[in-house]
Amino acid sequence: MGLLDRFKTIREVHGAVKACGADPFGVKMDRIVSATEAVIEGRPTILCGSNNYLGLTFDPDCIAAAQRATEEFGTGTTGSRIANGSYFCHKALETDLADFYGKKHCMVFTTGYQANLGAISTLVGPGDFVIIDADSHASIYDACKLGSATVIRFRHNDPVDLDKRLQRIAHEPGNKLVVVEGIYSMLGDHAPLKEFVEVKKKHGAYILVDEAHSMGVMGKTGRGLLEQEGVDADIDFVTGTFSKSMGAIGGFLVSDHPDFDILRVACRPYMFTASMPPSLVASVRASLAKLRAHPELMVRLWRNVDTLYHGLEAAGFKLGRQKGPVVAVHINDPALAARAWHGLLQNGVYVNLALPPATPSGTALLRCSVCAAHSTEQLRRVTDVITKVGLELGIIADRSVRIAAAE
Amino acid sequence: MGTAAIQQSSALTKDGIFVEIARLLERFRAGEATITSETVIAEDLTMDSLQVMDLMMELEDRFDVSIPLNLVPEIATVGQLADTIYASKTGA
Ligand SMILES: Cc1ncc(COP(=O)(O)O)c(C=O)c1O
Repeated sequence: MGLLDRFKTIREVHGAVKACGADPFGVKMDRIVSATEAVIEGRPTILCGSNNYLGLTFDPDCIAAAQRATEEFGTGTTGSRIANGSYFCHKALETDLADFYGKKHCMVFTTGYQANLGAISTLVGPGDFVIIDADSHASIYDACKLGSATVIRFRHNDPVDLDKRLQRIAHEPGNKLVVVEGIYSMLGDHAPLKEFVEVKKKHGAYILVDEAHSMGVMGKTGRGLLEQEGVDADIDFVTGTFSKSMGAIGGFLVSDHPDFDILRVACRPYMFTASMPPSLVASVRASLAKLRAHPELMVRLWRNVDTLYHGLEAAGFKLGRQKGPVVAVHINDPALAARAWHGLLQNGVYVNLALPPATPSGTALLRCSVCAAHSTEQLRRVTDVITKVGLELGIIADRSVRIAAAE
Repeated sequence: MGTAAIQQSSALTKDGIFVEIARLLERFRAGEATITSETVIAEDLTMDSLQVMDLMMELEDRFDVSIPLNLVPEIATVGQLADTIYASKTGA
């Protein structure tokens, strides 16, 4: 068997998708004009799939902070924190984040992927258990592979199922770490965190929440689902990313655990990769300050969520159950979804195409993400284009037909 | 024989476990090929990786055992799957 022959199925699936018109996994952005606009293949395009929830990627203060830091500290750290040292700014960002979350400790990683990889693989070890939601992000699954704990998977967002699975290992002496996400990246639904906290307490387990898509999005001050649900104090570990609402790149872990600092010399995805460059640390500090000073950014975001969600719902699309900045349009047939995705691009609208098995329960998705910086006109345009393409491809029926059918 | 009968008579024997797994795998059968203990889960059936994980979950509930994800890569055939469940069920 040839070196890469085992990817035959993936190659076939990817080939079939490309045959629908374009390669959704190889989009070339000629130019980025703003947080919400790009030029793709010469065409002005509205960005509605970029996870840029607060629209801070072009914020003048964030850009200026990044520029100043580059001039002062250079373009990169050229090594890891343990080898090349922590710069003042790394420490300052960790202090900012710990303060924001009201936790004692914070560690910054180079990406959110690495934050999950590092946290989950290091917190639990041989003889321990990690119990993950079935719809977990790839970084959580990969963390389980890197680590040596026993991995149990429970039904998505189902506290009763988690309880049952913890009960099965109740007699086992090892530590137990439950891992859930704030907002799930594909369907945009969020964890029933209060119920999960009850279950983890019952079983003496720890809980880690990945707030990647909910930081700067949920909760009164933007701390995420844990703030919205009022369970801050019960969450043992929080991971997150700077690649979404913070508009940059990087990841973090915060906790009150008294032995936290041992992780800095035990956690391999922290120790053996170069640290965040000064420019990005500075822009993230500026983004976080912006979020804290301007919670109205989140108000704007949620107003935009209403516009897009209700617009698409009224057009007759099947959407994710819970309304939020990830708006997932369900299309049962992957080939049809690929054609729709291409149709949107040709009409100047960029969203993500998500296909099984990367999506839960076998559905294909046109995954839209809403930005605080979207104008109402942009979101109307997005709704109109998705509706037009949906009608052309027979994904939705004409309004009059639907009304007639309902009667 | 109905499912209820299987549950009562033979779920705890290796054969009983195999019969039950084969029943759950029926919907993933490719063409006419019957499911035997030599059936390779990832190759001879029409299942993707997510469906394999979901099947494990279903089996965990069916037999009230834990089948850790760490074990899944080592389970190639339906027979090995039955052995794994039998072992966790009996503590063997
Ligand atoms: C739920 C979740 N966790 C973690 C990550 C990884 O974040 P990053 O892009 O910073 O690596 C992502 C995004 O890709 C995500 O969706």
